[in-house]
Order: sequence, then structure tokens, then C-alpha cells
Amino acid sequence: MKFNMWVQKNQNRMTAVIAILIVISFAVKFLSLPLIETPAMIIASIIGAIPVFLHAWTALMNKVISIELLVTIAVIGAFVIGEYEESAVVTFLFLFGSYLEQRTLQKTRSSVKNLTQMAPTTAEVVDEDGNISTVDVDDVDEGDHVIVKPGGQIPVDGIIVDGKGYMNEASITGESTPVEKTIGDKVFAGSLTDNGTITVETTSVGEDTTFGKIIELVEEAQDSASPAARFIDKFATYYTPAVLVIGILVWIFTQDFPLAITVLVLGCPGALVIGAPVSNVAGIGNGAKNGILMKGGNAVNTFSKVDTLVLDKTGTLTTGQMSVTELNHFGDDKESDMALLSAVEGTSDHPLGRAIVKYVNDQDVNATSDLPELDTVKGQGLQSADGNILVGNERLMKANNVEVSDDAKKAINARINQGDSIVLMAVNKKLKIVVGVNDQLRSDAFEGLTALKNAGIKRVVMLTGDNKVAAQHVADRLPVDEVHAELLPEQKVDFVKKFTDEGHHVAFVGDGINDSPSLATADIGIGMGTGTDVAIETADVVLVKSSFDALAHAYVLAKKTVANTKENIIIAVGTVALLLIGLLIGVIHMASGMFVHEFSILVVIFNAMRLLRIKTLKKSPKLDTNQVKTA
Amino acid sequence: MAKVVLQLGELTCPSCMTKIRKAVSNQDGVSDVKVMFNAGKVKANIDESKVSGDDLGKVITELGYEVKKIKTKEIA
Repeated sequence: MKFNMWVQKNQNRMTAVIAILIVISFAVKFLSLPLIETPAMIIASIIGAIPVFLHAWTALMNKVISIELLVTIAVIGAFVIGEYEESAVVTFLFLFGSYLEQRTLQKTRSSVKNLTQMAPTTAEVVDEDGNISTVDVDDVDEGDHVIVKPGGQIPVDGIIVDGKGYMNEASITGESTPVEKTIGDKVFAGSLTDNGTITVETTSVGEDTTFGKIIELVEEAQDSASPAARFIDKFATYYTPAVLVIGILVWIFTQDFPLAITVLVLGCPGALVIGAPVSNVAGIGNGAKNGILMKGGNAVNTFSKVDTLVLDKTGTLTTGQMSVTELNHFGDDKESDMALLSAVEGTSDHPLGRAIVKYVNDQDVNATSDLPELDTVKGQGLQSADGNILVGNERLMKANNVEVSDDAKKAINARINQGDSIVLMAVNKKLKIVVGVNDQLRSDAFEGLTALKNAGIKRVVMLTGDNKVAAQHVADRLPVDEVHAELLPEQKVDFVKKFTDEGHHVAFVGDGINDSPSLATADIGIGMGTGTDVAIETADVVLVKSSFDALAHAYVLAKKTVANTKENIIIAVGTVALLLIGLLIGVIHMASGMFVHEFSILVVIFNAMRLLRIKTLKKSPKLDTNQVKTA
Repeated sequence: MAKVVLQLGELTCPSCMTKIRKAVSNQDGVSDVKVMFNAGKVKANIDESKVSGDDLGKVITELGYEVKKIKTKEIA
């Protein structure tokens, strides 16, 4: 079978030789040199038939009736009746067509290929004695220590055990701003160190890493066909043998051998087979390039039909990151009160507390070091044993008869009206500090939702476990049609079910942390998070970069991909119809039939390539970072 | 049991896919064969006492396709 491999490798060269022979043959035809013309065509036919025949034969050995078999029979047939010109041109067109297909398909697959090529290949493993050796990434085991130099790529998922540095995790989170990581932090395969040398203890390798999972998902997605593509696949399986049978029947009944072999050539299902999948590959490839992972043709298809968009609030419409909106101080020594507040909040791990500590720190105020013993008052806050220091909500202040000035009352009401969560601090029964804390609205939420509505979303629904005031506050700033607040996760699922039962096509967007049931229930679950495993597994569409820009792009892309698939099916079916008509009225023969056929394949591939060029809507300037409240 | 992933050269015709799938499936001790047309990969589960990843590579090479890389991984 060495010969088989040789032919496979040199198929393109052989095609070129055939082309030269055909040109020579046509040239001498005009010079009326029949002695060269015919032999040139005969040699061209034979060279051309070899690779086609080999493909047909190996397929037949495995009980597959392939397109190559049809072409082989047709070529042999033409040869037998002395139509050397036809046989030479047909094999040439067939081989040249597959060469062009190969080149253009490469193009449609390039986005995903570029992604897979970003996967690390080697790792520098440090053994117990401190010796460093470069090994294939597949040979790294869990627990191995690998060293990554500045500017290097992290080869495995793991935990930093030595060193620190800035990591560019764009391939995992879509966020290109480097993040500082140090001992104990998790790092991801495929991310890059901007500076600093680190040693990483391996936790997972290859396909088990987050990056590996993303690649596998995209690769499987482009091969998981839409219902239309699957239908055509099935159709093609029976179609090719059917064409063979029809060819034989035509020969038996009409006794017209040239017509029979022409039928075989025209029957090749080319564009029909490749048309739908190629649109999918291009569409999914474009998505992958922009950090949008669509899990296959089915997901694309369903997503394109969505008319109702249901969103979770916290972590989706908002970043989920708490920050201080405003701090009002009443009294004399603001700095020392802030230092005290920071120290008290530093003892809790509550998101509100962390936001306050960060805020005070950012004001260059250090937390007080000597702090009295604190007790937790459930549902109210923290207090010192003597009751002189109180940090918590209004109820804590009331319970301790704290004196609240009119100015402080005003400040509190202002924060409440903004939908903020409030933290108060009283010292010696006097209210000193009012802090409003809020969750940040994603900067592109407004534009993204507007773009989605323009693209065909009819209803945007926000669901949240948060209270009504905070929910309404967010909804007022966005093109949201409906708000349902104070929901438990299972109540969110009920809403999604209700919408689907009403006959709407529902997409649910969530971060996959506590809303995976809703993600699974909706027609399309869209995971918007920084590449969390849960979101990757449950969602039908994963947005690596948590942005509404990406969401809007994904929706437009899904719609365009489905439209493109339909166009390609029409082109393919239309070509077959035209060829049949041409055959009936006698204008189409073997070589011209093959030409039209190969041409239609290229048309569908080029049509699909248009999908690669669809750009992300825009790189929008940041809107105001609206502050909104979370639970 | 082990999982084999073979990276092939560019695949262009969907009928090649059927061909490769059938040829690989026909080997003894091979199950769950998946040919990924666009990624140019073949994935299969094998019983290592009966067949090896290299054997599958040979089958595919004999069909006339280039095999670039063979990866075999133990699974429980």
C-alpha cells in the first residue's frame, strides 16, 4: 500500500501533470497532429484515473459506495467508447476540484485551527533535585512541578507553588488585562506570563485542562451537524448508490451508453453534501475566534430562533463585584473612623465588608490595629462587647438607640433610593459613617441589549433573587421589558418553563453558579462567566468573555449562519435541477457537467466564507459605570 | 480500555469519513469510533489486549490518509 500513500501525497502534482497534458493535447489539435493529441489525452486519463480509482477501491473494500466509484466507472466507460478527451477532462476537473476544496476548506477551518495551535506542546518539568527537563506536555503527570519563565506559556492547569507574576489569561477568560498571581493561586494552561518566573504544581493536563475542554468543545461543535445537515448526510449515503442504479437503468432502457455515464458524473452529490456543514464550520469558527463557543449546529439553529431573552441579574447584567458608591462621614476625625470601620469589616468575609476594606485602602487609610473583641448580631451586624462600636444595618442602630442626625438620615435615604446596600457605623452611640455599596452594571449591557432587540429579540426578562427595589433600579437603566424579583433558583426555572410553554423560544443567560437548572431548562442556555466548568458543561453557548457585545454578536452570527446554510442548500439543489434540465435538453455532457458540479461546490464554500468576515459589532467606548445594588 | 486519538491530515470529502469510520470499526477490540471531519481527528475506544493505537494508525495509512500523531490514554 506504499503506492497508495505515494499517490495520496502526490495527487496535486499528478493533477498538474494532467493539466499540462490536456493543454498540450488541445494545442496540437489545432495544429492537426492527431498522433500526439490522442496519446496525450489517453495518458492524462490514466494518470487521473489512478488516484480516483484507489479511493473508490479502498472505499468499496469497506462497503462504501463513494463518489469516486461513480467517477471511475464513468471514466472507464468513456475510455472504452473512445472518448479520451471527455475522460481526461473529467478526471482533471474532479482532482482539481478536490484540490480547491481542500484549500478553501482549510480557510473555513482556520479560526478553530488557530485556537488549537495555541495549545501548549512542551513543558519544563523540575524534578526533586531541581533538574529541569523539557518534556512533551502529554507526559506531564498530576503533581509534577513545571517552571514557566517570563513571556512563557503555562503548559498545564495548576497551582503556583513558587514565584509570582502577571498572567495574561485571554485564552481562558477573554480578559486581556494581565492579572497578578502568586503562591497558592490557580493558573490555566494556555495563558501567558507577562513577567516573573513561576513554578506550578500540576493539577490537570491536556484535554482535562480548562483550555483543553474549550478546544475539544469547539472541535466537536463544528462536527455536530444541524438537523438539516444530518438529513443531507443521510440522503447522500443513499443517494450515491441510487445514482449508480439509475445510471445502470438508463443504460438498460435507452441503450445510450454515453448518456448513462453522464448520469453517473452528474449524480455526484458534491455541493449537497458539503453545503450545510461548511456554513456551520465557518459560523462556529467565527464565534470561536471571538470567544463565543456554540455547541454545534443544533445550538446555532435553536439560538437563531430565540425571541425571548431571560437574564439573571447578579453576575450577568452586573459584574457581581461589589464596590462602594459613596461614604458619608459625620463628626470630626474622618480618617480614624474610616480606619476603625476598615478594621471591623476586615474581620468578616462578607462581600460588602471586602468592598469597604478595599475602598478604605484605596483612600490610603490603614486599618486600626488595636480592635476590641467583636460579637456578631445575627442579621444586624457586629458590635463590641461594651456596645461602643456598632457596625451594621439600621436595625442594629435602632436596637442600640443610636443618635442619628438629620443629615445622616438624608444620606441614608439617598443611598436607599439609589438601590444601594447600606452599612452604618456608630461610635459611642453616635452615627459616624454611612456607606452605600453596590454591584457594578456591566458597561456594555445597555448597548448589547439594544443590539439584541434590533436583531430580533422581542422580550427581555430579568429574573433575580434580589429585592424588588434593587431589581427595579437595574431594570430602569436597561431595555428590560419584565422584572421578577425575590426568586429562588427553582422559581427562576418555573418562569423559564412558563415562557417555553407559552410557545416562546427562550434563551437563558446566566453565570452557571446557581442558575444551572435554568440554563438546562431553556431552549438555549447561555453561559456567561469566566470559563467556569459548570457553564462550559451545561450551557449550549458559552461566552468566554462576559460581555453583552459578545452575546449580541453570537445572536447575529447564529441567525446569519442559519440563513447561509439555507442559501447553500438552495444553491446545491438548484445546481442538480439545472444539470438535469441541461441533460434532458442535451446541452450538458460529461465534462461540462463535471465543471458545473465542481463550480457549485466552490460557490457554496465561498458563500460560507462570508460568515468568517462578520465582525464583532463594535469596540464600544465605556458607558457610565452605573451602580446598582445586589443582594 | 484506552482511548485513542489520531490526528490526520486535512479531510476533504465526507465520504472519506464513512470509509475511515467503517475501516476502523471493523478492527477487533475497537468501539465508539468517531471521525471528526473538520478537526481531522479519529477518536476511538480500544481494548488494548486486542489492538493498539498504532494498529489503527496503520489501517488508516493503508486507506491512503496521512496520520500525523497518535495519542493513547488509559481510561478506567
